Amino acid sequence: MSVMYVLIGCSLLLAFAALGAFIWTVKSGQMDDDYTPSIRILFEDTPTKEDQDEEYDKSHKED
Amino acid sequence: MKNQTIDIHCFHCGEICEEEIITFQEHEFCCNGCQKVYEILANNDLCAYYDLENTPGLAQRNPIAKHKFDYLDDESVQSKLISYRDSNRVQVNFHIPTMHCASCIWLLEHLYRLDPGVNSTRVNFLKKSLQLSFDPQKTTLKNMVMLLASLGYEPALNLNDLEKIVKKDENRRLLFQIGVAGFCFGNIMLISFPEYFGLDSLTRSTFSPFFGYLNLGLSLPVFFYSSQDYFKAAWKGLLKKHISIDVPLALGILVLFIRSLFEVTTKTGIGYFDTHAGLVFFLLIGKWFQQKTFDTLSFERDYKSYFPVAVSVLKGGKETTVPVTELKIGDRLVIRNNELIPADSLLMKGQAHIDFSFVTGESNPLEKVLGDLIYAGGRQMGSTIEVEVCKKVNQSYLTQLWNSEHFAKNQHSRIQTFQQKVSRYFTWSLLIIALGSAGYWGIVDPTLSWHAFTSVLIIACPCALALSSPFALGTAMRILGRNKCYIKSPETVEHIARINAIVFDKTGTITQPSESTIFYQGEVLTHDERILIASLVRNSVHPLSKKIFQYLAEDQLLKLNEFEEIPGKGLKGLINGISISMGTLSLVAPNKISIKGKDHMATTVNVAINGQLKGFFSIQHHYRIGLNNIIRIWSKDYDLFLLSGDNDREKNRLAHIFGNEEHLFFHQTPEDKMIFIDHLHHQSKNVLMLGDGLNDAGALKAADVGISVSEDTAHFSPASDVIMDAQVFNQLPQFLSFSKNTLIVIKISFLISLTYNIIGLSYAVQGTLSPLIAAILMPLSSITIIGFTTLATSVYTKKGGLS
Repeated sequence: MSVMYVLIGCSLLLAFAALGAFIWTVKSGQMDDDYTPSIRILFEDTPTKEDQDEEYDKSHKED
Repeated sequence: MKNQTIDIHCFHCGEICEEEIITFQEHEFCCNGCQKVYEILANNDLCAYYDLENTPGLAQRNPIAKHKFDYLDDESVQSKLISYRDSNRVQVNFHIPTMHCASCIWLLEHLYRLDPGVNSTRVNFLKKSLQLSFDPQKTTLKNMVMLLASLGYEPALNLNDLEKIVKKDENRRLLFQIGVAGFCFGNIMLISFPEYFGLDSLTRSTFSPFFGYLNLGLSLPVFFYSSQDYFKAAWKGLLKKHISIDVPLALGILVLFIRSLFEVTTKTGIGYFDTHAGLVFFLLIGKWFQQKTFDTLSFERDYKSYFPVAVSVLKGGKETTVPVTELKIGDRLVIRNNELIPADSLLMKGQAHIDFSFVTGESNPLEKVLGDLIYAGGRQMGSTIEVEVCKKVNQSYLTQLWNSEHFAKNQHSRIQTFQQKVSRYFTWSLLIIALGSAGYWGIVDPTLSWHAFTSVLIIACPCALALSSPFALGTAMRILGRNKCYIKSPETVEHIARINAIVFDKTGTITQPSESTIFYQGEVLTHDERILIASLVRNSVHPLSKKIFQYLAEDQLLKLNEFEEIPGKGLKGLINGISISMGTLSLVAPNKISIKGKDHMATTVNVAINGQLKGFFSIQHHYRIGLNNIIRIWSKDYDLFLLSGDNDREKNRLAHIFGNEEHLFFHQTPEDKMIFIDHLHHQSKNVLMLGDGLNDAGALKAADVGISVSEDTAHFSPASDVIMDAQVFNQLPQFLSFSKNTLIVIKISFLISLTYNIIGLSYAVQGTLSPLIAAILMPLSSITIIGFTTLATSVYTKKGGLS
């Protein structure tokens, strides 16, 4: 039955990791704004003309 | 104005193109401003702005004055706005009230494409804030603000921002506390399970102490970190000899912990650690639920939120920018179109048309002549004027309102909430029961005495009671918010339910500022005469003239030979030898004393042609839709009053609506309004005040509940407990009855939690409370309460016709 000590130790370690992750998310400000990211993720990455030119140059250099 | 069969909407702002239509790159625009913004965006490949939402822009009809932001070059102003600075990075936080849709977020986060000096921008939509970081070697703060303003996203820069003290982020702290409590709660539950489901005698002896100490270890952060605010609150209350709900809560938490500690260390039991952690966790969740409020709205705005940061002052013939706080008596200010007058001053030069809609709610500008006193808070419309300051900013007619005691900090509401009322009795009866059972067992079986005493305090800990108010009020707040009635704090919902007198402001609150009816009374005007009048008023920028011009709707206009505008009086003109005058009676027909048929309820403009009085135009304010209905519904249950800063020309009309002339008061100064509310308090009335302008701020604050009726909730509203969109004015009675129903929900849930307490107590007083029963009862009662309040409020929502 002494394996219980090891198992409980493991489960606590995992739970601590989860708590640590939660604290990190709060600290890094991820909980401050729970609305804007939901819109931001839907934005298309529209390249500017310069970007497109660069892209063109790159792909042609590689040839 | 031409009558168009199809309205053309501006591609940028979506408004109907009324005055002109500009076609540019196959799109129509209502004004040059809108077209400019489109051009800038099109040139920078930012047209995705228009793909995300239809017509996301904001009308740009009023160009931004060239020198408007010059004060931002001032070092002292800059240092107050900038939150971080080094040699190649400057960070600022702006509040942008006009932000309103996904397109706005997109454009604001792509600002770097418009100005290479921008490092990054990040939007918080709910707070309407923009975090901007730029390179000071490539651009300046002023340029950044100019860029934002040119796109229609002018940041709100006002006096308040400069004096703001950075608030500690309370929200994050609460989240940490919840996280820790939740983590400990889950693990303690897991570890307590074997005990509940039975360990055989062999494993018990080996594992029980191990589990016990593990639980003790896990509950330390809950006790010392997560629940510390309850102890602090209870202690603070006790120091003030005030027993709040926090006292029995803190007592419960303390006893739970001490008893469990005792049991584990003496190896007499496993303790109540799971109940302890669960209780704290649920309580914190309730707190969090209640704390989610309306970030975008500010309920604490005072005059500082509207006054500019700095103004142009003339010194030795030169204009310099001076922070508003440093203005001195005798300073000569230059006020341009659309700028605010920051202090009571005398008009020295120019033609003043002052819009006092911020202050009084009246949207028609007032004309002032040289030497006139202009009160602070007015906005100049039209040409540039010069004024001389005659009172300091905080001692002006309007701003001295904020020096009154009502604006002193930490004012407690006069109305006691249900929870406050109940918790006192609750705490005392709890202590009596606990001591009573301890005393009883002390005689009968002393070994059970300590057990019974602590059990009572543990099981009766008013967790469910503490949860019922936050959940019921929090849900009510959200529902009212969805119906455009935004409430500052949960207690306000309960305060609304206990109101018995209602006071209205007139202008802007019960009248609709933008809408008015105009009609002509007197000798019938011929077609030629109509053209004459229209030609005359066409030349005046006065809002009344504009209204009359629109009303006449003549398009064949004549040329004027002579034209004169006498400020505060009216217009005079000569067309083809016919003299025509319009305005006050003294100007138009000095011999006449009054005209027959003239009612004293409306603004009138008299007309005389060739010295012959013809009649008058009467311009009457519209009352808001539903006003009659609201008064009819409320007059049964509430005492209704009206306080108006205006003259009593609408008295008869209002008396008809209110039904009681004695409750109508006119010529009220801002202080009078405040004193009137205090007067009602002395008659032990719970007062609700409905107002809209800064001149109502004192009364709104003095009242038990102040509701500010706002045409534009993002932009303007004085400090109050509730900010209501003017569109939903007619739903006010529903809001009030909904608040009353919420109070009923709280009372019923109190009964439910009391039932649970009695069940638990019956075990506790017998000294037979086991950790398992506690562990089941506590979460069960909490969840029942949460479920019931949520369900009941949604039933009342449907019943009350709210969405």
